[in-house]
Amino acid sequence: MSRYRLMRYARRVGVYVAALGFVTFAAFPFYWMALTTFKQNKDLYVSATNLKHVPWIFNAAPTLAHLKLLFTQTAYPQWLLNTLLVVVAVVLITVVVAVPAGYSLARLAGSWGEGMGIGIFLTYLIPPTLLFIPFSRLVAILGLQDSLWSLVVVYPTFTIPFCTWLVMGFFRSVPWDLEEQAMIDGYSRLGVFFRVVLRFAVPGILTVVVFTFTLVMQEFIYALTFISSVDKMTVSLGVPVALVRGDVYHWGALMGAALITSIPMAIVYNLFMDRFVEGLTLGAVKG
Amino acid sequence: MAAVEIRDLHKHFEGHRAVDGVDLSVEDGEFVVLLGPSGCGKTTLLRTIAGLEEPTSGEIRLGGRVLSRDVPPRARKIAMMFQSYALYPHRTVFGNIAFPLKALHTPRDEIEEKVRWAVRMFDIERYLDRYPRHLSGGERQRVALCRAVVREPQAFLLDEPLSNLDAKQRTTARDELKRFQEDVGITTVYVTHDQVEAMGLGDRIAVMNAGKVHQFGTPAEVYEHPADIFVATFIGLPPMNLLESIEALAPAGMLVGFRPEHFLPRSAFGEDEDVTTFRYHVRRVEYLGSERYLYGSLDAHEDPEKPIIARLPAMLRLEVEADRTHEFAVHSGQLRYFDEESGQRRDPPGAARGRADA
Repeated sequence: MSRYRLMRYARRVGVYVAALGFVTFAAFPFYWMALTTFKQNKDLYVSATNLKHVPWIFNAAPTLAHLKLLFTQTAYPQWLLNTLLVVVAVVLITVVVAVPAGYSLARLAGSWGEGMGIGIFLTYLIPPTLLFIPFSRLVAILGLQDSLWSLVVVYPTFTIPFCTWLVMGFFRSVPWDLEEQAMIDGYSRLGVFFRVVLRFAVPGILTVVVFTFTLVMQEFIYALTFISSVDKMTVSLGVPVALVRGDVYHWGALMGAALITSIPMAIVYNLFMDRFVEGLTLGAVKG
Repeated sequence: MAAVEIRDLHKHFEGHRAVDGVDLSVEDGEFVVLLGPSGCGKTTLLRTIAGLEEPTSGEIRLGGRVLSRDVPPRARKIAMMFQSYALYPHRTVFGNIAFPLKALHTPRDEIEEKVRWAVRMFDIERYLDRYPRHLSGGERQRVALCRAVVREPQAFLLDEPLSNLDAKQRTTARDELKRFQEDVGITTVYVTHDQVEAMGLGDRIAVMNAGKVHQFGTPAEVYEHPADIFVATFIGLPPMNLLESIEALAPAGMLVGFRPEHFLPRSAFGEDEDVTTFRYHVRRVEYLGSERYLYGSLDAHEDPEKPIIARLPAMLRLEVEADRTHEFAVHSGQLRYFDEESGQRRDPPGAARGRADA
């Protein structure tokens, strides 16, 4: 075997080892969640001195007991529904506000647009730990305590600034010529926006949806502050509140809740990812 | 179709006068070219006519109707073609051409009919279902022209439409464009920095620089009788030779100019012709196949920055050696005189004719 051939093999092995490393890194949390969800308690809670116990395999028969606990003893289905409602409402509000705002800043505000865009983005950087106190006052004035509506009202305060800034970049990549051509071809600014510009901004809007989705799903502080009834909680709040009792962690049910919530998200992300890449490679004006 | 009237138009950008008092009247059905170096304001002027820029002051009329700033581009009944052609990448050729008709809420069968008529005219029927990214530069231009013409615009504005094509395509596309414009007879304003395009396409040429129109006339007028030094040196390749203060030819403060192709060996003229002769020191001969360029100087006017150039056609078989002084001449009628200070063209000073080896 020649030296070059050997080097080629070595290189290929190196690539696969690296890829395997990344896959393990990415998939291990999911594996761990699944494993914990279906393990019996006696397989989960083992004395630290028992060195014969192998933690990453089933040592006893799998069980559905934790899922049963999750679905019958907690309001988990209700939390899922609540989360979905809040996510859908916030995504809608964000898209409806951030997309036109981003377009205006990118195209209509002239030289002010850039500065204003950055100014708006900066508000996103103010942490919720500072804002939840004034917000709780506002929520009280609006009479929305312990209501999902409080989250629908508050969440856009961090999704809109971030997403406005995000879509600005996408709108800037739409060739000016096309918009002007459409205006000459007989369309108003609004007509141009809907018939030409939006088509280019689809990847941007999808990115907005994905980001809003993520930001809302993981939000904890505002939910903790404004929601107190168990049946009005979101998943990110309900799970730790109901399944961590004192210092008792119901690990099986906790992991089950995390797993069930994350799998559909992972699938949705992958679908969007395809569209996203497709959007980025869309044919430009000049070929 | 309609005439375009521009009266004292200004467009200033934060102190920069992009268009600085332009008057221009384009007749119905005329093909007018705005020619000038980049940054001379020609594109801004075109965009102002289209309504994409608001004029700072002045008036634009299209077919007698004043296009004030309240008239948006869509209501101006104009078609414009951009340098990039600006085809909508997510629409097919059909979709692109039909797009302006949809804006007018044209019935479906009428759209179909008009699109067919346009693509037949440009011979691109077979591309109707393709997307712009699958078309060549020349095909894209035709699609853009189809889209422009289906609206039956009153005027046609073109912004350097040929600059994306390679040199060979450009000649064909130019011919196509001119024939098309003659066929439909739409008033056309065409922007370019390429004087060959301007000369070949324009019924009249407006030569612009620094926001002003320096001369507005037919290609022959602009070439033969440039209004000032700028036009004289901008048009013509190589540009017009300018000589400073030759007392025998012109009084002080006047420049004398002549085109390189009029500057020929004395022996190329008849004995009794009215010519002005010069002693021409040839520094270098450039053989270009169809012609020869000679670079050199008149004895008294050595300026390495501005060589005096002669352009000899291939027909002229005379041997011209480099590093020698030759007897060259220009028909006296081909001499042009300019005011040194204002740059404006002046009438020939009648008396100063004859031999001028200053």
